[in-house]
Amino acid sequence: MSKRITIDPITRLEGHGKIEIFLDDRGNVEKTYFQVPELRGFEVFSIGRPAEEMPRITPKICGVCPTTHHMCSTKALDDLYKVDPPATAKKLRELMYSAFMLEDHMLHFFFLGGPDFIAGPSAPPAERNILGVISKVGLDIAGKVIRLRRECRDVITHFGGRVIHPVCGLPGGISKPLKEEDRLRIVDVAKNGVEFAQFALKIFEDIVLKNKEYVDLILGDVYKHATYYMGLVDKNNKVNFYDGDIRVVTPEGKEFARFKPGEYLSHITERVEPWSYVKFPYLKNVGWKGFVDGIDSGVYRVAPLARLNVSDGMATPLAQAEFERMYATLGLKPVHNTLAFHWARLIEALYAAERMLELAQDGEITDPHVRNIPTATPEEGIGVVEAPRGTLFHHYKTDKNGIITEANLVVATVNNAAAICMSIEKAAKSLIREGKVSEGLLNMVEMAFRAYDPCFACATHILPGKTPLFINIYSKNGDMIKTVGKG
Amino acid sequence: MAKPKVAFYWCASCGGCEESIIDLAENILKVIEAVEFVIFPVAMDFKMKDVEALHDREIAVSFINGGIRTEEQEHMAKLLRKKSGIVVAYGACAHLGGTPGLANFFNRDMIFDYVYRKAPSVENPHNITPKPRTAVKQGDLTLPKFYDTVFTLDQVIDVDYYLPGCAPPPDLIMKAIEAILSGNLPPKGSVLAPDKSLCHTCKRKPTKPEKAIIKEIRRVHEVLLDPDRCFLDQGIICMGPATRDGCGERCINANMPCRGCFGSTSRVEDQGAKFLSALASVIDANDENEIRKITASIVDPAGVFYFYSLPASMLRRRRNIANE
Ligand code: SF4
Ligand code: SF4
Repeated sequence: MSKRITIDPITRLEGHGKIEIFLDDRGNVEKTYFQVPELRGFEVFSIGRPAEEMPRITPKICGVCPTTHHMCSTKALDDLYKVDPPATAKKLRELMYSAFMLEDHMLHFFFLGGPDFIAGPSAPPAERNILGVISKVGLDIAGKVIRLRRECRDVITHFGGRVIHPVCGLPGGISKPLKEEDRLRIVDVAKNGVEFAQFALKIFEDIVLKNKEYVDLILGDVYKHATYYMGLVDKNNKVNFYDGDIRVVTPEGKEFARFKPGEYLSHITERVEPWSYVKFPYLKNVGWKGFVDGIDSGVYRVAPLARLNVSDGMATPLAQAEFERMYATLGLKPVHNTLAFHWARLIEALYAAERMLELAQDGEITDPHVRNIPTATPEEGIGVVEAPRGTLFHHYKTDKNGIITEANLVVATVNNAAAICMSIEKAAKSLIREGKVSEGLLNMVEMAFRAYDPCFACATHILPGKTPLFINIYSKNGDMIKTVGKG
Repeated sequence: MAKPKVAFYWCASCGGCEESIIDLAENILKVIEAVEFVIFPVAMDFKMKDVEALHDREIAVSFINGGIRTEEQEHMAKLLRKKSGIVVAYGACAHLGGTPGLANFFNRDMIFDYVYRKAPSVENPHNITPKPRTAVKQGDLTLPKFYDTVFTLDQVIDVDYYLPGCAPPPDLIMKAIEAILSGNLPPKGSVLAPDKSLCHTCKRKPTKPEKAIIKEIRRVHEVLLDPDRCFLDQGIICMGPATRDGCGERCINANMPCRGCFGSTSRVEDQGAKFLSALASVIDANDENEIRKITASIVDPAGVFYFYSLPASMLRRRRNIANE
């Protein structure tokens, strides 16, 4: 008898997500599908809008990382109007962006993905959430996370007006300069951030790396895919979130491509499947071979681990030391172990905090000249940034009056869509055998996609309560045989 | 006494409304203490059948965010309506349709055609588009039907209160929660924010033009923005006069004009129309022709005046979901 397992709802990409797992007659996993059941059509209703409104329209794609869309859109406008912002404006944008990366990564580590490790993958569901984290690390530390996050979000609000959907980006600059008294406050937040990010790495070391069971889990085959990787690098091939070239490495770690944002169409193609509203990007010059890994498959991965894999290191000293330690510990580069995304995320958080501090202490940062007024006739502009969840592209065409005639968006998490499908399938295949589905196994399947932090708040552990996974097992003719839930 | 049951659900939204709850920061612990969340997909599991098993009106209050764009969202909204004593449309999308409501300038076919066929990064030789039902070797995969237009929440179900904003600010959220918990509520249908215009509390109000003085409309990227002067006085479109107060002038604090996410006050039927009349009264023109020339220089008036409220507007209000 063939069975079918539905995990619904799990996700938040442009909406929710759903996993369908089909079992064969012996109760082993035959095939899984990861579906995104929602679409909103931003690319289409952007048409007819004034280009300068795009940084206010596109953040609504995702309220979890609106700062990313805002920044990417603003950069696409720089390119559209061929206007180079004053150095200070670029630094302020990057400062705001670093604050965002720091708080977002911290949110994920402590409240979303991290509880898998901090509380433990086999801890009862009631503990795999913020409360479990609190009981493990103490209320004091949880309070610090909440505070750091609030302070970083206040920094974003300072520039952007609102932290959910900021508004300060303009082609050629930013809407207001930074005052000295505000700068001093940001320096304090950044210092605190550096300290806290180091502390988070220490927690990771004590709780995860010193525990053989966890290390085996990270290194095991269940969570491993040899794929291509993509990410932004600066001219020294160091990780950069705000600007640079896009670098792609092969599963063996060799440079496969290095290109400018404007060349993205020569490298990325998207595939459409009838069973999901989300598209599946792949490397054009490798080709689509299905949901498989390896050197012949164009599937690539983005986000923290991918960014570290494509780079030669971090541009700040403390993060660089952690980068070296991670690769020395795991032995290989690129690291293909999906769960190492968590480790890479913390190294990036440290980099974001260090970078935030550097920028806040930059002599130019309070310069009042933060805008160059565009003068060129607009035609086409492409912007790219690294979102917490991967490389993001905004591509606009306009008429000569700057009204959008075409918009194409390749959204961060979407880059990982194929890999997320594969990771779920592999975990399900390894863990669900002969129809045996336990709650512990479900969490292990859940961990396969949570490592990507796929921009959904859904599979999270923010509040006490049940976790969002439940599985219905159906017979072939659709009768529900069993429900396995957690919590 | 048992804690009141609360649901927090998302429809066609971005997750920003969920973030606004997390942004209550230290206050969130107070909320958790006071209520029992029965549905909160951002934070916890829920099972559809558990919701279905609740008695009618067993949930004290459901906060629903996001517009309605798919049949699944409509279904959930209706289910929650039945099970809840109070339904609050939470955030601009549920209240007015929100920015994704600009999609009502287009329809489903136009969206599919671009997103899945014409977008320059797409390669789709077999002309595949997502389907409500797809047969794969192992069985059928389903997707909820995508509607032709976006609906506000109150075009689909009866709504008791509205919490405005994209996203609602923390102080108004806490006030709303306190009002609901204490039963100290305004009349049904109220928007839980001050009923006056944004200009009322705006620091720039002293320089707001009171008579016809605007000669020219300009776009934000074309000029250096004066951080103290009223945007309208600078010839920049600011929706403040047609927008409800209560956000704390968030965008204006960033030296950018308002786009109207709070919707209008109770006396106004249509936010865009209200703005147009406010604007016309400050345009300095000698005759019809000149007025027309100046207003014609506003690019995309429909998109900007209805930045958040197209589905709720007289312009694109859809009367009947049964058309779908
Ligand atoms: S129009 Fe805008 S800037 Fe002017 S007073 Fe009103 S809200 Fe303030
Ligand atoms: S200024 Fe206007 S658009 Fe901005 S948050 Fe306030 S009401 Fe919304």
